[in-house]
Amino acid sequence: MATELTFDPVRLPPECVALRKEVRAFLAEETAAGTLNANIGGGIDGAFSAEFSRKVGAKGWIGMTWPKKYGGHERTFLERYVVTEEFRVANAPVRLHFVADRQSGPVILRYGSDRVKADILPRICKGEVCFAIGMSEPNSGSDLFAAKTKATKTSGGWLINGTKIWTSSAHHANYLIGLFRTSQPTKENRRHGLTQFVVDMRTPGIQVNPVYQMTGQHDFNEVVFQDAFMPDDCVVGEIDGAWKQATSELAYERSGPERFLETFYVLTELARALGEKPDTRGAEGLGRLVAQVHALRRMSVSVAGMLHAGKEPVVEAAIVKDVGTIWEQKLPHKARDLAAFVEEGSANRATFEEQMTYATMIAPKLTIQGGTTEVLRGIIARGLGLR
Amino acid sequence: MGSDNPIAETTRRILTDLADPQAINKAGDGWKAPAWSALEQAGLTLAWVPEDLGGSGADLADGFAVLREAGRFALAVPLAETLLAGWLLARAGIPVPNGAMTCAPARDGDRVTLAANGTLSGALRSVPFAKDAKHLALLARRDGGLAVALVEASQARIADHEGIGGDPLNAVRLEGARPVAVKDAPAGLDEQALLLMGAAVRSMQMAGALEAILDLSVAYANERVAFERPIAKFQAVQHNLARLAGETAVAIAAATSAADTIANASPSPLWGGVRGGGHPADHGSAIPPSLSLPHKGGGDDEAVFLEAASAKIRVGEAATEGAAIAHQVLGAIGFTQEHTLHRFTRRLWGWRDDFGSESVWAVKLGNLVAAKGADGLWPMLAER
Repeated sequence: MATELTFDPVRLPPECVALRKEVRAFLAEETAAGTLNANIGGGIDGAFSAEFSRKVGAKGWIGMTWPKKYGGHERTFLERYVVTEEFRVANAPVRLHFVADRQSGPVILRYGSDRVKADILPRICKGEVCFAIGMSEPNSGSDLFAAKTKATKTSGGWLINGTKIWTSSAHHANYLIGLFRTSQPTKENRRHGLTQFVVDMRTPGIQVNPVYQMTGQHDFNEVVFQDAFMPDDCVVGEIDGAWKQATSELAYERSGPERFLETFYVLTELARALGEKPDTRGAEGLGRLVAQVHALRRMSVSVAGMLHAGKEPVVEAAIVKDVGTIWEQKLPHKARDLAAFVEEGSANRATFEEQMTYATMIAPKLTIQGGTTEVLRGIIARGLGLR
Repeated sequence: MGSDNPIAETTRRILTDLADPQAINKAGDGWKAPAWSALEQAGLTLAWVPEDLGGSGADLADGFAVLREAGRFALAVPLAETLLAGWLLARAGIPVPNGAMTCAPARDGDRVTLAANGTLSGALRSVPFAKDAKHLALLARRDGGLAVALVEASQARIADHEGIGGDPLNAVRLEGARPVAVKDAPAGLDEQALLLMGAAVRSMQMAGALEAILDLSVAYANERVAFERPIAKFQAVQHNLARLAGETAVAIAAATSAADTIANASPSPLWGGVRGGGHPADHGSAIPPSLSLPHKGGGDDEAVFLEAASAKIRVGEAATEGAAIAHQVLGAIGFTQEHTLHRFTRRLWGWRDDFGSESVWAVKLGNLVAAKGADGLWPMLAER
């Protein structure tokens, strides 16, 4: 076969089974204590909880795979997978620490200065630090390398000027990892000239303006930089060489359980609404959805296992995100079809409708955030040898 | 990919030499006898039969790897059916004959009965390759339980028919047929268990066929020039092929996961212990009373049900989508007899229906999830 797609049938090892029990016990306690509501009512703001993130940090479930030296726990990527999927399915309020745990921390760990690593990583692990990602700009979204926000060298550091946009959580964030232009692109390499920085959001010259979403919620922001000073040791990795650093972590980011479970609560409530004895139409619809999500999870676990084994399944990971986000995006609409004849008076009707409304509204973003469907298909096509 | 498995490697070598789709496409049926005999001599047709019952005693996992290869060649001889028949007979401890076999029931709801006088009766719809089989391996109901029976195909009335794939797909009538051998089915081996095993088998073949059409479509897109460049350079074509890769990927993941689940189920009369002649004769036959319902017992039975049913559903869906994309990419040439694409796509369409279609399994799986209750859904998925 010229086109090799590999999905080893990876099973989570026994330590993951024990850990899953621990995580579920913790979630049950939090639910009983009222700090966790599995129903989505809280929306985005409800997803930030300083108290919850601190508790998760105390459990040792942030920075799980990082070195102990930086506050990490030196556990496996598969163990982290279990925590991520259990939290996702429970709608746990993890937004404060999730981005730091998934991508900002690993980038700092690999490319950050010693000072930044020692200062920030242990606090991420304690669940005290919220990160935002400053990539997109008003005229640069999927085309990352068109970024114009400038970092200009000055004595002891850099001055940043320009505007980032669609920056989720910037109004909560302590830090932002931003992509800034330090040189012009070259003829040979249009990706040249961008540098990553860790930005302390308390720096003078940074203003965060809300951009309200169609749901009425505040997640997006515009972040304006006016002569914001970054010390030299805030540079992450190679100056002008951010493009070399972008790709290796992406397989982790693209293939995780959050790429198909974001609207999973709809499936659970659909099953509840259909009841113990659904008609043939309901049973068939439910069965197909369950088969589809099972297959997605098996793909995702397989990629996690291959990453764990030191392989680089870049195309496979892009496929998980492509197929997974499209599935989770369609899910509320399929659930709507299948629930069409469910009695108005069914027990969970109010919860189901509230969740459907929310999931339907947020669904469009699922195939945009973290790499659009079009970008992913370009990556897959390159992997197939078409470009 | 599969190259680390010597049995799959052997299969590929034999099929490349004797059943290459391009070479046989216009060659009539003359290639079939030599291909079959090479497969048989290599021990591949009875891979799932222990040596003391006349087979080559390979692992279940090896047999599934062979089936993926067979799918990659759209193989049109009853290798999968013979493997499955051998598995069924071996589960009951019946010595297995040489030659092509098939097994039944292969459709949900079909039944064979074994009368007190030892004869078999029943009407079976759509038994794959029955017309080409020397023997039929049957799961039959009798007073007090289920039995596995081996019967000569000549004892049955087999109607002429070809399925959409172009291979025999026959209605089979048994009216007092005398079996060669009969034994009790092991505990848990009922019609649904046989359909689940068949579903896992067809899922592997379909995953292999999808891999083949992905390859074929990518190669064609890179060669075919239109509007002064290879059509692979058009974004619309790239995105279609990316979708085909996605469907193929899901099919591989689902099918290999189901096969792995069956191959690694804990030793039991039904699923485990094929290698080394450990056939589970005389385990009695405590048949679950509710045969139309999925297994509800949890553990390996539930794992096999979730995995094999899900694979058949999702791989079947991938076959529908994938075949459509491949045809779109290949345009008119892909619609000709001359091109090999139809050898794959027609079989993909046909295989969707064998051993339970997507719809049949979806209803069963949906009913299982509903009966377990909404809060049992995630724990069931996370178990795997």
